[in-house]
Amino acid sequence: MSIACEFDYRKPKTLSKAIKLLAKRGRDARVLAGGTDLVGWLRDSLVAPDLLVDIKGFEELKGIGFKNRALVLGALATFSDVLESELVAQHFPLLREMAGMVASNGVRNRATVVGNICSAVPCCDAGPVLQVYNAVVHVRGPNGKRRVPIGQWFLGPRKTAIRPGEIVTSVTVPLPAKKAAGCFVKLKRYRGEDLAQASVAVLAFSGREYRLAFGAVAPIAVRGPRTEALLKGQKLSAGLLEEAGKLAVEEIVPITDIRSTKEYRSLMVEVMVRRALKTAAARLAGRGPAYGINVMEEDTP
Amino acid sequence: MKKITFTLNGESRTVAVAPHEVLLDVLRDKLGVKSPKVGCERGDCGACTILLDGKPVRSCLILAVEVEGQEITTLEGVGRDGPTPLQESFIRHNAFQCGFCAPGIVLAATALLEKNPKPTAHEVQEAISGNLCRCTGYEAIIESAVEAGRQGTARARKPAARKSANR
Repeated sequence: MSIACEFDYRKPKTLSKAIKLLAKRGRDARVLAGGTDLVGWLRDSLVAPDLLVDIKGFEELKGIGFKNRALVLGALATFSDVLESELVAQHFPLLREMAGMVASNGVRNRATVVGNICSAVPCCDAGPVLQVYNAVVHVRGPNGKRRVPIGQWFLGPRKTAIRPGEIVTSVTVPLPAKKAAGCFVKLKRYRGEDLAQASVAVLAFSGREYRLAFGAVAPIAVRGPRTEALLKGQKLSAGLLEEAGKLAVEEIVPITDIRSTKEYRSLMVEVMVRRALKTAAARLAGRGPAYGINVMEEDTP
Repeated sequence: MKKITFTLNGESRTVAVAPHEVLLDVLRDKLGVKSPKVGCERGDCGACTILLDGKPVRSCLILAVEVEGQEITTLEGVGRDGPTPLQESFIRHNAFQCGFCAPGIVLAATALLEKNPKPTAHEVQEAISGNLCRCTGYEAIIESAVEAGRQGTARARKPAARKSANR
């Protein structure tokens, strides 16, 4: 099964040339970075562009840095880059925990974090984690640069706030102002690589503040503001965890698809929220399991 | 059609491709390199694994035009001077049955050993997590790679020194 649609391929020398080209060709053109989603979509005839603009040559989009107290993930930073970054390991362990659960090594070597949020499928792993970190998407287009808070980035399944002619140049992740610890829980049909049936990201801050976000249980990665309000300033008692799990289920709108039923998703999100909160709080207190473990495989309540 | 030039198993190759041609198909059908297998064609099974600039990637999810100027290694390039210590270890453990997953797994494990010469079983498992074996030979595969590391054969791509007396 090969790719049915024919298209032109260009690899411009500079970012501004790429933007000009994209602006001229509008919706007929698509940006190509790692291609792990895009080439699959081309194979499945989900998209039929006239032109692919390969941005892999641009040095300014490569790598991971730190600027203005925020992690800068260049548009070409792969999930493997995230896993290998000392900076991420030290200061953004929740991001690392998520990256380690994306597909497999062979895909992570190619797939980019920015590509993940540009594909914007409901089950994208980066979405919930970037949501709880209050990340910012940096975009450059024919009319200059703009910043889009991650909360305004996702508009629907495979729909984002990007406009024709624009390229995402990076996503920045602010360093939490207070001491923080997190937990990313990904529910899969089996161990090993799979897309999420549901995912939950929790970032817990000293002072008993919590941020929660969910993946694969709504058209986009969403925060759980009511659950966050319920938990604010509270000690995580067994009763409160129970209540939080139940409230979280009211904040999601899961559907039934090939990976799961909506009922199963709801039931499991309740459990996942409890475990993610408990784990994040334990990590914040310097206890708790190391990052990277799958709390859905542990015998915790 | 676009003419692209890249290094394939140490040799410079030039081939004319259309932009929609997938790297896996070009390697197999235009360049006669048959070790990357056509499996799921959606990045899940790992049978099409190649090393691109030393890193294992899915050749089914890469367009041939993208690899201009890059370096590709397939299984043909790994074993060209005889089996590597890693491959010898796979043979000793009888690690493969049908062999369909073998090229991908050998490449994934080769890349791992180059980066991490003495991997743990868990690290091997993680490195080959996207390479599916339907003969369920994972235990022997993992043990082979761990043992190759333990025996200090870090230069996984160099052929094994042949000590036939030991075999």
